[in-house]
Amino acid sequence: MEKPNSWIAHVEAFVDSARATNQQAASVDAIAVLVHKDLLTLEGLVIEMEQYLTTSDHVIRARGILLLAEVLSHLLEKPLDSRTVSSLVEFFTSKLEDWQALHGALIGCLALLKRTKKFGMVESNDAKSLAESFLRNVQVQSLAVRDRKLCFEVIQRLLDVYPQAVVELGDDLVYGICEAIDEEKDPRCLMLTFSLVGTLGRLFPDPSGPLGNFSSDVFDILSRYFPIYFTHPKGDGLDITRDDLSKALMDAFSSSPLFEPFVIPLLLEKLSSSLPSAKLDSLKYLNSCVPHYGADKVVKHSQVIWSNLKDVIFNLSPHRSSLSTYGSDGDMDSEVNQIANEALNCLQTAISHLNFPDQDSFLCLIIDDEDIGTRFWSVTSMKNYSGASTEIQCQLSALGSILSIASKVSVYCCTNVFQKFFSCLMDILGVSGKHASKLCVTDHNTCSDGLNFGALYLSMELLTSCRELTLSSKEFAPEVISEPRSWFYVLKNISRELCDALGSILETPESAEHVYCAVKGLQVLATFPEIYSPVSEATYEDILVMLMSIITRRNKETYLWELSLKALVQIGLWIENAHDSAKAISYNKLVIQRIVSMLQPNDSTISLSLKLVAISEISSIDLYLLTIVQAFEEAIVSNLRACFEGNLKSSGVLVPLLQCYSNQVLPRCHTCGNFNDIAVQVAVSIWNQIEYVAVFRSAILMKDVLDQVMMTMKHLVAGCTEENQFLILQKACSSLPKTFLIAESLPCALSQLEGFQCIQDTTLMSCRDEWVFSLFGSVVIALRPQTPLVNVKILLNLFVVLLLKGNMPAAQALASMVNKWPADVNKSEVSYSLDQAIEEILKSCLWTSESSSNFIDRDSCFQKYVVLGLAWIGKGLLMRGHEKLKEIAMLLLKCLVAGKNVDITPFQQHENGSKDVGQDASSPLATFAADAFHVLLSDSEDCLNKKFHATIRPLYKQRFFSSMLPILLSSIKESDPSSKKVVLYRAFGHVISDTPLAAVVGEAKKIVPTLADALAMLSLDILNKDMIYSLLLVVSGILMDDNGKAIVLENVHTIISLLIKLISYPHLMIVRETAIQCLVAISVLPYARIYPYRPQVFRAVSTALDDRKRVVRQEAVRCRQAWASIA
Amino acid sequence: MASGLINANPVVYERKERQVRSVPTIIDEDAEELIDQQEIFDYIRDIQDPEHPYTLEELKVVTEDSIEVNDKKSHVSVTFTPTVEHCSLATTIGLCLRVKLMRSLPSRYKVDIRVAPGTHATEAAVNKQLNDKERVAAALENPNLMYMIDRCLEPTYYY
Repeated sequence: MEKPNSWIAHVEAFVDSARATNQQAASVDAIAVLVHKDLLTLEGLVIEMEQYLTTSDHVIRARGILLLAEVLSHLLEKPLDSRTVSSLVEFFTSKLEDWQALHGALIGCLALLKRTKKFGMVESNDAKSLAESFLRNVQVQSLAVRDRKLCFEVIQRLLDVYPQAVVELGDDLVYGICEAIDEEKDPRCLMLTFSLVGTLGRLFPDPSGPLGNFSSDVFDILSRYFPIYFTHPKGDGLDITRDDLSKALMDAFSSSPLFEPFVIPLLLEKLSSSLPSAKLDSLKYLNSCVPHYGADKVVKHSQVIWSNLKDVIFNLSPHRSSLSTYGSDGDMDSEVNQIANEALNCLQTAISHLNFPDQDSFLCLIIDDEDIGTRFWSVTSMKNYSGASTEIQCQLSALGSILSIASKVSVYCCTNVFQKFFSCLMDILGVSGKHASKLCVTDHNTCSDGLNFGALYLSMELLTSCRELTLSSKEFAPEVISEPRSWFYVLKNISRELCDALGSILETPESAEHVYCAVKGLQVLATFPEIYSPVSEATYEDILVMLMSIITRRNKETYLWELSLKALVQIGLWIENAHDSAKAISYNKLVIQRIVSMLQPNDSTISLSLKLVAISEISSIDLYLLTIVQAFEEAIVSNLRACFEGNLKSSGVLVPLLQCYSNQVLPRCHTCGNFNDIAVQVAVSIWNQIEYVAVFRSAILMKDVLDQVMMTMKHLVAGCTEENQFLILQKACSSLPKTFLIAESLPCALSQLEGFQCIQDTTLMSCRDEWVFSLFGSVVIALRPQTPLVNVKILLNLFVVLLLKGNMPAAQALASMVNKWPADVNKSEVSYSLDQAIEEILKSCLWTSESSSNFIDRDSCFQKYVVLGLAWIGKGLLMRGHEKLKEIAMLLLKCLVAGKNVDITPFQQHENGSKDVGQDASSPLATFAADAFHVLLSDSEDCLNKKFHATIRPLYKQRFFSSMLPILLSSIKESDPSSKKVVLYRAFGHVISDTPLAAVVGEAKKIVPTLADALAMLSLDILNKDMIYSLLLVVSGILMDDNGKAIVLENVHTIISLLIKLISYPHLMIVRETAIQCLVAISVLPYARIYPYRPQVFRAVSTALDDRKRVVRQEAVRCRQAWASIA
Repeated sequence: MASGLINANPVVYERKERQVRSVPTIIDEDAEELIDQQEIFDYIRDIQDPEHPYTLEELKVVTEDSIEVNDKKSHVSVTFTPTVEHCSLATTIGLCLRVKLMRSLPSRYKVDIRVAPGTHATEAAVNKQLNDKERVAAALENPNLMYMIDRCLEPTYYY
């Protein structure tokens, strides 16, 4: 047991109201910890604190009681025996009388009431006396917010945990609560009071009980809050929204049927309010109250409810300018739409709950309503949607919604609606079933001139809700199917004629709306569940044939065509979901086979692009994906063969075909699961075609076809697993010309290479070889890193040879190999390390350039290939973060400065005309080397990306940038003749503009002067215009950065004069525009530094005011103003 | 203003939607986009009325049709309609228009600013004042006047 003097200090600290709050909280914690660890008993605490708890000084007494209460609320999980709890409850109960210490007493009561059985809780009779004392002594509404909140929590706790005990209090309790919640205004407390009332409703269900006596009072208190008017700003820290409050009040309202006599009239009254939020809330509340109150209570209001709902639905039904945009309304969330939707929800609730077999049912109110009857006739006399008035359009959509909601509720309702309306609709549409309608008013003039759109729309709505009904109710009573009066029977009898009618509408459509409804109707008819299908097998097939014939014949009518395609896809998806095997067979026969046959070369129904659209849409049905994929494969293979044989028409077909295949169909195979098999098969058959054709008939390369085939091949390979990739790779290897694969060792290969080189120098590679090697390259590009390669050395040699001949895919494949080279040589079959491989490659690439003069003298084409190859290999290394990259970078740098020393004196420059300086002065080799930096740093779609499994180290660009920057800067500084500077600047430009801006801005201090020089120098040549733009973007990026601004300020003279020069850059509008924008950004720099340049800027900008392009002029106006206003 | 507003309750019209010019996807670098009515209107529509927080467009002081422009001859003429006949601020509005166009158009342009015929009591005087180079120059030397004009033009730079 702890010595009293050790903790009594805490008590003193807490009781002393002069101490800081956190100190007091700390002392509560300390005491609670002591009690929790049994170092101090509660009894001991109370005994020691006696003087604080009972003193006549109310401030100290209040603090003392509060301390005890706070300690208790820390000890909710501390087991206490029932005697202690009981005496504590007695104490706090008695303290409820002590208004000066009430806060502490409330906290104490709440803490005790919150205890659970496991740790010892308050006894029921103690709780009852607590409640009594509370009701007698506490005047809730006279307290402050925090105490009121505590009070409500205490009551809530009592009601929740001790319902038996408090129910005995009866009238006193209800009255007390009424008093307590009356006039409450704080949102936090309101949330509690609303839930209190809800609990009361559940506790006192008896109409003659306490709540029955006070229900009008309770309602009187609550009704003042409806509809919730809540204007607190969002960030008030209360974390309560209007919706929360509204929901809580709704629960309170619907908690007890005893409120019914008051609530329903109030809701109906507020429903006619002009305030949209009141309308919306009334509908929501009504929707929640009707099921809670029960049918027998609400039924007497049904007439009023219906007439109110009808008003709302007909007056607020959202107007659609055209039905074709049906379902995709832009402002679905607008208040009017919400109200209309809520009204329909409410209608559905009412119909389903107020549903009696006799005449009183809610449904009868609707269908026997004369108003509905007249509206029905008025909308069904409407011939054309777009021609009708807005009012009629709204009425149509409202009536459609009402009927569809009504028939969706149950079979009984559906049958009733059908009897009343459907037969009439069919008559109006001129569809006369075997089942003659007796209910229909005969004097309505039936379809004589043109089709009746209103009737069409309504029948479509009814059909849709029938289908939903069959979906929602799993099983019908058997009489639904056999009973001649039921909706099913009616629909079944007339379905054949209805289909024909819809078909004939589509034959000669009158408007887009007609088309929409007719197609939709057909789709609905075809997608009923199997057993409840009102259409026969034959009719179903007719529907498919009808839609298919639209696809094949009516491609000119875009809207009809697209809708039909969508409908077919939906029907297919339905078959897939419903596992309807009988329908699947006819769908396959009539739709899939027909669509697939369109890929055959002799099919000339519709244009290729439309065919591809249709097929790729249909391929979203997984069930038939395989069939479609096979058809694609056949088409690709046969077209490819034709291409090789010189049929140019096939090449035109092949490109879109492959595009569609690799972009639309292949990704779907991934989700379908059997991608590997499909991919291997297609890839192998492409290779087979190449093997089969020994010599290409066509002499032209067909570059676009090759590119597309390569892309497809890459996609095929990239998606496969390692084993399947290996299969494709083997197939590809075996298709290579044999001479390349015999070579065993490098020296041998090299000698061969040289021979190859000699031959090929004179004769170009044949078209077929180009294809074979390019495709082989693409296979290698897309391999996964784990896929084992065979004959690595030979592959390397092969690619090097091809690279030297300018085959790009070979260079990329080499880069891919290098990029994915296994890091751990021992584990893999590859016999030598990446370092060795690079050595070999470099040696063979530059074997002629070992003496650099030799290489420099080679023809520029060869140099280009070597440098480009180096760049790609470098990229591969760079992305995996390999050391050898440095070597390649150094080689490229050497090339940059290695150009022929063409010194051009300024005089000569003048002679040549400044325009040509850039080109003439630098050797092509140096230019290639400069552009290699672009390859190194830019992202490529063709290879070395995530799709093709490249190894990508994070921040590789930034790393390269920071290591290359000092080297480039120093070589720029050292290089003397301007001719070399141009290419160095070019390389520098590539590095800067391809690196992420954030990294570049970080190095702004080093870059800015050189950047300015580079821009000045490069802007002399028109060919650099794109680079000028990207460098200018870097400048503007630096200008946006706070750090960058300071650095620009140091070089402000150079930068401003550069930008002024670029304002008149003739070749690219965006350059001029951006330069002016940069000047605007400069205008906010410190006044003293930029003021001297003001006249210069004004002169430049005023010429820009007369620019060719409007955008530039407008920027100039802005810039002029920005600089004018700094004075 | 101690003497009270000249037109205390002007009619405010709806602003026209700012027309977005269709930008061709492939920009022809050499094609010349001439200065046209709409461009001039875009420059001046947002000028604020000297006595109300409305733009000249909202008060229908200027409309797109009241602008005539001939880029080849480097000539612009703007006709504006004061909200009331006796508006003493007509010259200020005119001056605002002139200053704005001076700042926005190339120096080759000749700008004519006129009050619409029959809309102002001292039409001739105002027109003369607005198109007299010397008087315009003198007015722009006046710091108070310049302050007012700058305030009116301020919104035009932030659309």
